Amino acid sequence: MDGAREVVASAVGARPDEVIFTASGVHANQAAVAGLALGRRRVGSRIVTTAIDHSSVLAAAAAAGSHEAVQVDHEGHVDLDRWTASVRTAGTAAACIQVANHEVGTLQPYAEAAELCQRQEVPMVLDATAALGRIDLREAGGWSTLTGWAGAFGGPASVGILVIKKNARWRAPYQIDDYQGGRWPGMPDVPAIHAAVVALDCWLRSGRIVGERQHDLIDQLRMGIVQRVPDVDVAGDPLRRVPHLLTFSALYVDGETLTLELDKAGFAVASGSACSASSELPSHVLAAMGALTHGNVRIGLTWTTSAAEIDQFLTVLPPIVAGIRATVGAS
Amino acid sequence: MKEIETSFDGLSLDCRGMKCPRPIIEVARRIQEIGVGSLLELLADDPAAGPDLAAWCRMRGQTLVGSDAPRFIVRRES
Repeated sequence: MDGAREVVASAVGARPDEVIFTASGVHANQAAVAGLALGRRRVGSRIVTTAIDHSSVLAAAAAAGSHEAVQVDHEGHVDLDRWTASVRTAGTAAACIQVANHEVGTLQPYAEAAELCQRQEVPMVLDATAALGRIDLREAGGWSTLTGWAGAFGGPASVGILVIKKNARWRAPYQIDDYQGGRWPGMPDVPAIHAAVVALDCWLRSGRIVGERQHDLIDQLRMGIVQRVPDVDVAGDPLRRVPHLLTFSALYVDGETLTLELDKAGFAVASGSACSASSELPSHVLAAMGALTHGNVRIGLTWTTSAAEIDQFLTVLPPIVAGIRATVGAS
Repeated sequence: MKEIETSFDGLSLDCRGMKCPRPIIEVARRIQEIGVGSLLELLADDPAAGPDLAAWCRMRGQTLVGSDAPRFIVRRES
């Protein structure tokens, strides 16, 4: 466990004793937000987030008291002026921002946000669940709690990461015991944590080369989709993003049908809201960005995804979309 | 179901009960029936209808002039 904490600490510029392991990224987010809200309840119960934070963050913020979700632009960047004004509002217990969005990959101005929060003496949650291992966070600065999820970097989905700075006014928002310094209850799942840290270590050692390749592959995919499929809305910042994610929506197409057809063609992709797949509600991320929410596909590249597979995807996608559109009488 | 005022005298599409993208497909098909500059009313209660109609208007160069679910008004621009 000491070695595991050291790997995480070195990745985020923290001390090993500030690192704990939870049961998922969702748990880490909930504990990160609720713990700061509890520690700061004398100041107030206002929590500031962006409109496109993960649903677990939005739910924890709403549960803490009053919640302000600051708007984002069409590519998903938070409006930093509005964010600043919101953080400065009296009664703000904590603010939350993502390193990168989990559905569209856009990077937030998280370092500026952290600096701002530090100046205002408002503790900040930095949600790195989509970015840890892929974005260098050693200098990410003045956050109070940081969250990660092993499932996003090739580790087990059952391991979440929560880093709580020593000076943070964080209090456990649940019953605790002796494990992990009284910050997360129950015996840690050591084999799963070990597997998570091996995966993270792979990214820290050789992820830069893989990341550069993935960044180029997503560029090719983005360009190819726009060129070959009419009426497609590609979401997110094309440049300032995590290397491996792409989300697009095809007009007049049902996302589930598209996912099934791609599956038959040998491609496993996700559709709809990346944070609540069973929900029939449109993705709050895409809706907040003004992006098309139906006919949505989210592609996440793996460590080994090749250029040949990207070409193959670009070959099968246009006839699949055209076929679905023909079936529903849309063109 | 919420009562809808029926004062709209242009083309009105009642797509309540339909799942997206069906209401958007209907708008795309039927907007050809009205002249450029005219209005089309869509009644749709799928929660994706609001964001998706706005995105459709942006992608297709039309204007969403009214959005108060389940009632939406689109102006044909081209």
